[in-house]
Amino acid sequence: MRQEPLFSVQDLRVSFGRHGHQFEAVRGINLHVDHGEVLGIVGESGSGKSVGMLAALGLQAKTAQVRGSAKFRGRELVGMPRRELRTLRGSRIGMIFQDPLSSLNPVMTVGAQIAETILLHNSAVSKKAALDRAVELLALVAISQPDRRIHQFPHEFSGGMRQRVMIAMAVANDPDLLIADEPTTALDVTVQAQIMDVLGDLKKRLNLGLILITHDLGVLAGHADRVAVVYSGEVVEQAGIDDLFERPSHPYTRGLIASIPDMSEEKDRLFSIEGAPPPLGRLPGGCAFHPRCPQVQPICRTAAPVLRTYEGHSASCHFADIPAEGAA
Amino acid sequence: MTRYILRRLIAMPFLVLGIVTLAFLLTTVTKGDPLAAIVSDRQMNDPEAVAAAKARWGLDRSLPERYVIYVRNLLTGDMGTSFITRRPVAQDVLFRLPATMELVIAAMLVGSTIGIALGVLAAYFRNTPTDHLARFFALIGSSVPVFWLGLALLYVFSVKLGILPGPGRLDPRAALPPRITGFMTIDTLLAGNVKLFIDAVWHLILPAFVLGWAVAGTISRLVRANMLEVLDREFILTARSKGAGEFRVVIRHALRNTLVPTLTVIGYSFAYLLTGAVLTETIFSWPGMGSYAVDAARGLDFPAIIGVTIVGGIVFLVTNLLTDVAYVIANPRVRLG
Ligand SMILES: Nc1ncnc2c1ncn2[C@@H]1O[C@H](COP(=O)(O)OP(=O)(O)OP(=O)(O)O)[C@@H](O)[C@H]1O
Ligand SMILES: [Mg+2]
Repeated sequence: MRQEPLFSVQDLRVSFGRHGHQFEAVRGINLHVDHGEVLGIVGESGSGKSVGMLAALGLQAKTAQVRGSAKFRGRELVGMPRRELRTLRGSRIGMIFQDPLSSLNPVMTVGAQIAETILLHNSAVSKKAALDRAVELLALVAISQPDRRIHQFPHEFSGGMRQRVMIAMAVANDPDLLIADEPTTALDVTVQAQIMDVLGDLKKRLNLGLILITHDLGVLAGHADRVAVVYSGEVVEQAGIDDLFERPSHPYTRGLIASIPDMSEEKDRLFSIEGAPPPLGRLPGGCAFHPRCPQVQPICRTAAPVLRTYEGHSASCHFADIPAEGAA
Repeated sequence: MTRYILRRLIAMPFLVLGIVTLAFLLTTVTKGDPLAAIVSDRQMNDPEAVAAAKARWGLDRSLPERYVIYVRNLLTGDMGTSFITRRPVAQDVLFRLPATMELVIAAMLVGSTIGIALGVLAAYFRNTPTDHLARFFALIGSSVPVFWLGLALLYVFSVKLGILPGPGRLDPRAALPPRITGFMTIDTLLAGNVKLFIDAVWHLILPAFVLGWAVAGTISRLVRANMLEVLDREFILTARSKGAGEFRVVIRHALRNTLVPTLTVIGYSFAYLLTGAVLTETIFSWPGMGSYAVDAARGLDFPAIIGVTIVGGIVFLVTNLLTDVAYVIANPRVRLG
């Protein structure tokens, strides 16, 4: 039997609203990631990437209902008592968010914030020792003069530096899993590359399982091992990164690949997928992507495609170049 | 930061002089005869008293000269003599100031504790019955007049239920502790009389609550609004993702971030508390500046009215200074800038 993965999500569903006005933002996603592996999750804004991962860790909004399963080292997280979840968060599972300008507490020194993460999970550690460790962590994410920097406040750091601080905080307790939710979206291109390098380096050093959420497939090239493509709260395609770029099976994935900005070729206009994602709660019948699909056929309007998997590559499109189950 | 505080300290004497000048002008414009502002009606028939007063305040001199004399008298602590008590106003006011300060500080503690607690609860449980209840409670405090609230609570808790003592600072049968600070709670402790201390605190509860409830409303509304905004910020999510418990998230991360506006509103509510103290002291027979001011106003006791104005103004200035200093200390951005 296959060993239990480090982190796996099965048929995770998140819905908002009550009294019959419910809508599902995450409509049954399946993922898994192992130690030393980088899983990319890619999809447009509003596709449910953040909501899904937050819900898996019990960090959803109070108004959200979460169903399905999210397992960390075999332990079910959905429905886990809050106290127990807290012992995992920040200790075994680290998180980094999109906007480094607002994800640090403006009235606490950077050192105090990193030390807090350590102290929350290690009652035996002294404040002094936690601050010393904070200095080490800042050095680990390549911040110069860390012993001076820990006494500064977030507003004394640049955006890229703050994201490094967030990363230092997220890995303060040597986690097994790191979830980075669009860690570079708010940063400019050169800083983006630096942050990705820091993350890649940490992954190797700490043998982390890393989940990289992004809406730019280009960011994942060279960094992710596998990619899950999310559309309107569903994983529509999942494959190894090379496999995905060579044989994209879903028209949405092909659209995403075509819209990666290409530095070498001077393209006049960036390709972008036409139309906008459907408003949640008013999904079209059939395949959710059909109103925007360039290859739409009559069947797409009436029947929802089933996810088909072949040799670790799965896609849910009626016309995916993937043999039906059992044909393998 | 020290430079900022220094600047503010240097400005203080000028502001105080401004208040004094206003108070002085008040003596010259309120009545045609400035003598009437210094000498009571009864003494007017006494030529000796009139002459003495004229000499002391330079009433036969020009206005600017009189101003200089007035300020000089003030500098020696001379605010004139109260018509009613026949004692120097400075002595009267200083004697009564601690009682008012004790009441106002207690009210401020009660008001900010209740206000912050209600604001935090309302924000954390937004749009739930807890929120509605907290907001309703705050609304009562800030919309029901102090005298009505005072009388109603006095009736219910003291007269009907007998849980809390009636008006006054101490049980009237009790022997007063030696006066050292004028703060009853402190003096009873200094006298080593714990029973009396408890009695003093017990007497303080109702007036402090009545006065504090009003500012609790203002404070809770501000805290709720600020907390709502802060709780939606991303660093709150960061704190939760670090494994912090809800109490820590709310107090250490969210509330700490509303500290600056909260401190400011608490500091400025002091002015409201000072004026509110006038009514509260009257209702609770509290021997402070407020009840003194009411008596002075009733008796057209001009020296006393002006003395209260000046001292009240100075207290107000000092608290504003403290508020601004606290603002600077609580705000790292200002502190470093
Ligand atoms: N608290 C909430 N109440 C109601 N709807 C919500 C709530 N939080 C998120 N949503 C909705 O859920 C959907 C998915 O949001 P989510 O933040 O997961 O998108 P995302 O894929 O992370 O996008 P982005 O790239 O912009 O971060 C959005 O349509 C959003 O409006
Ligand atoms: Mg997101």
